[in-house]
Amino acid sequence: MKVRVLVRLKPGILDVQGAAVQRALAGLGFGDVRGLRVGKLVEVDVDAADAAQARARVDEMCRRLLANTILEDYTIEAEPAERLAPPGALR
Amino acid sequence: MHLASGEEKLDSMRFGVVVFPGTWSDCDFHYVISEVIRQPVKYVWHRDRDLADLDCVVLPGGFSYGDYLRAGAVAGRSPVVEALPEFLGRGGLVLGSCNGFQILCEAGLLPGALMRNECLQYRCQSTSLLVENAETPFTRALRPGQVLTMPISHGEGKYHADPETLRTLRQNNQVVFRYATPEGQVTRAANPNGSVENIAGIVNAEGTVLGLMPHPERAAESAMGGTDGLQIFHSLLGSLVEDGTFLKR
Repeated sequence: MKVRVLVRLKPGILDVQGAAVQRALAGLGFGDVRGLRVGKLVEVDVDAADAAQARARVDEMCRRLLANTILEDYTIEAEPAERLAPPGALR
Repeated sequence: MHLASGEEKLDSMRFGVVVFPGTWSDCDFHYVISEVIRQPVKYVWHRDRDLADLDCVVLPGGFSYGDYLRAGAVAGRSPVVEALPEFLGRGGLVLGSCNGFQILCEAGLLPGALMRNECLQYRCQSTSLLVENAETPFTRALRPGQVLTMPISHGEGKYHADPETLRTLRQNNQVVFRYATPEGQVTRAANPNGSVENIAGIVNAEGTVLGLMPHPERAAESAMGGTDGLQIFHSLLGSLVEDGTFLKR
């Protein structure tokens, strides 16, 4: 079962990478960008009977390795979410 | 020293320098320990769990496992690091420098975390470090308020901890080094990476694990431009002499 994990810096933690990307965009004429933060997408293909089990396993993976919960929050998408899929992606 | 009869005389500290794929300061630490302070030292491979014949384990700088995912994240779950709690439990000492500090935080052996330098630059430069806690086995040859000069060389050395953790660190006197001016003033300008409260090095609550971003092994011979880093090694040896029996060999 394919599971997507989004890892991002917690709100309030300065994202220097995001700030640099935002400045670069401003240099390209995208001065209308009001905020930008860079995170990570981890795609995990895990053996699981159902989405709930897959989610539980990946949650444990996040707590033990995939995210540093001192700095980062994570969200788990147990099924490919519409809003995460690139336009025209095959299902 | 007060040794029971039959006990081995403690006249040396046995060091192990951990080597991960991607470690780069291992040879420097090995050289300083064997050639400068002349103590027994061996390399410890990252898959090794046997630390039985060691007194001090060094986690050197570098890019362990390519620093994939996060700096020190994979190394923080490696077999040798998993063996550290038991090693500490029988009286061992652990010193992590640069990537070693990142690994110790990732492993939960030290509080907080290290993240991308605020300036976004990789910083390779000399720094001045204000000594705050001189009562650890790593700093007992120093005095509080002293300023040491040691190089840093990292892109992810910004120390972060939440306010509660910072309060605990202060209460327990766990902050060992802060970035400062050569005169010992803790200023924003003296902070090379944006670390919270200019923190450059901390110990665990027991004082048996030291993590610091600077490189003491690169400041251990006058030919290298300074010897302040040697004070940490001398402190360790002084701990051996003064406590003698602190290691449960």
